[in-house]
Amino acid sequence: MTVAIPLSIREALDALSNTPDARLIQGGTDMMVEINFNHLKPHNMIALRRVQELRTWTKNADNTLTIGSGVPYQEMETGELKQLVPALAEAARTVGSPQIRAAGTLGGNLGTCSPAGDGLPVLFALDAIVHLQSADASRKLSIHDFMVGVKRNARNANEIITGVTVPLLDGWQGYAKVGVRNAMVISVASACLAIDKPTRSVRIALGAVGPTIIRCRDAEVWLSEQIDISASTAIDAAVAKEFGRRVALESKPIDDHRSTAEYRRHAVGVLAQRLITRASSS
Amino acid sequence: MNEPLGNEMYTLHINGQDRPVRDAWVGESLLYVLRERLDLPGAKGACEQGECGSCTVLMDGDAVCSCLVMAATAVGSNIVTVEGLIEQNPTMAVTAQAITSQVTDVQQAFIEEGSVQCGFCTPGLIVAVHHLLDKNPDPTELEVKESISGNICRCTGYGRIFAAVEAVVQVRKANS
Repeated sequence: MTVAIPLSIREALDALSNTPDARLIQGGTDMMVEINFNHLKPHNMIALRRVQELRTWTKNADNTLTIGSGVPYQEMETGELKQLVPALAEAARTVGSPQIRAAGTLGGNLGTCSPAGDGLPVLFALDAIVHLQSADASRKLSIHDFMVGVKRNARNANEIITGVTVPLLDGWQGYAKVGVRNAMVISVASACLAIDKPTRSVRIALGAVGPTIIRCRDAEVWLSEQIDISASTAIDAAVAKEFGRRVALESKPIDDHRSTAEYRRHAVGVLAQRLITRASSS
Repeated sequence: MNEPLGNEMYTLHINGQDRPVRDAWVGESLLYVLRERLDLPGAKGACEQGECGSCTVLMDGDAVCSCLVMAATAVGSNIVTVEGLIEQNPTMAVTAQAITSQVTDVQQAFIEEGSVQCGFCTPGLIVAVHHLLDKNPDPTELEVKESISGNICRCTGYGRIFAAVEAVVQVRKANS
């Protein structure tokens, strides 16, 4: 087994060409658990933690934001990133513990592609674009095409996830999750709501209630017909409740060691109702 | 980029010293390497999955779970374990007692406030509290709680730990 520690994307891609079977590791908060418990015995590793290019973010001229795959969650929780993408800050703050948030990254969340990944519902609600780079090409993929199943994504073995681009919306956005306690918990159900007033769009994405993150297109359309999204008007409690019920109908949860399908469906409806109520009262 | 590391040797920078790691499988966690290869047993191994915080160390100024760091990937990083806190804080306010007993002000406060019962979580908490107070000398109650939310203690109920943090805040304020 070898471990390569590249200092640039170019060096990382060279390392990947030299050892095509290598596993890419970012913060290590998922993969090291598998290695510690002997569920994974990698032949070769490429550690991306020292690639500074991946640890930066940029505000683009077209009112979008590109976040490098190596930016740790702790950087999204506060400061300018929190102002720009509040829902991502809220999601980041629910990830594990301060120790996990110092190490864990959005790139790792995308690489692992767990339906319970806390960053992913935000990326789905914002219609994020994932940036992938190989030795001789780069491509952009919608997050909706990137995540294809439970812990499965469309990344090719010769590609590195370099970052994501999200639009900077004009409207309320937030994230909520249910777990067995307040800190240090993997989602039982989660939801991200984002409103964009200029385009009169409301987006809601659900985590941990299906094989991929789920966008509730029917509930989104229904809600946009009930309220004037371009205005900051209060939303009727009955509308919020019905929105929750419709969102729950679009979830596809299963029973597993963390919860039951029945509870997840109920919880995700409550989360949607709470999010739209928070949006309405802000 | 240097040549990829194999199983022969790599060197970590820990508590201000270069520490060679020889003949080790490169997939080992930093926690394992600290405890089993470098004779630094301060960081404790409990859950091995980042849930308990008893293995917390500082890495390039961040508090991280050493069980979730592949040791070989920490080459070039500045690592501080609980054993190294006293050398790493030469300017911090330490009480006369703390100096004579070679413990930091946080450790001294844990002793005085009775914040230690079984003691297994203590080294991780000490590192986490140092990390908090070095960045935020006057934290709110919520900030203290959030900063140690990744350090699980099943004995104390946390009350005496919060008391120790408050005691350090007051001592450092008085000495600054």
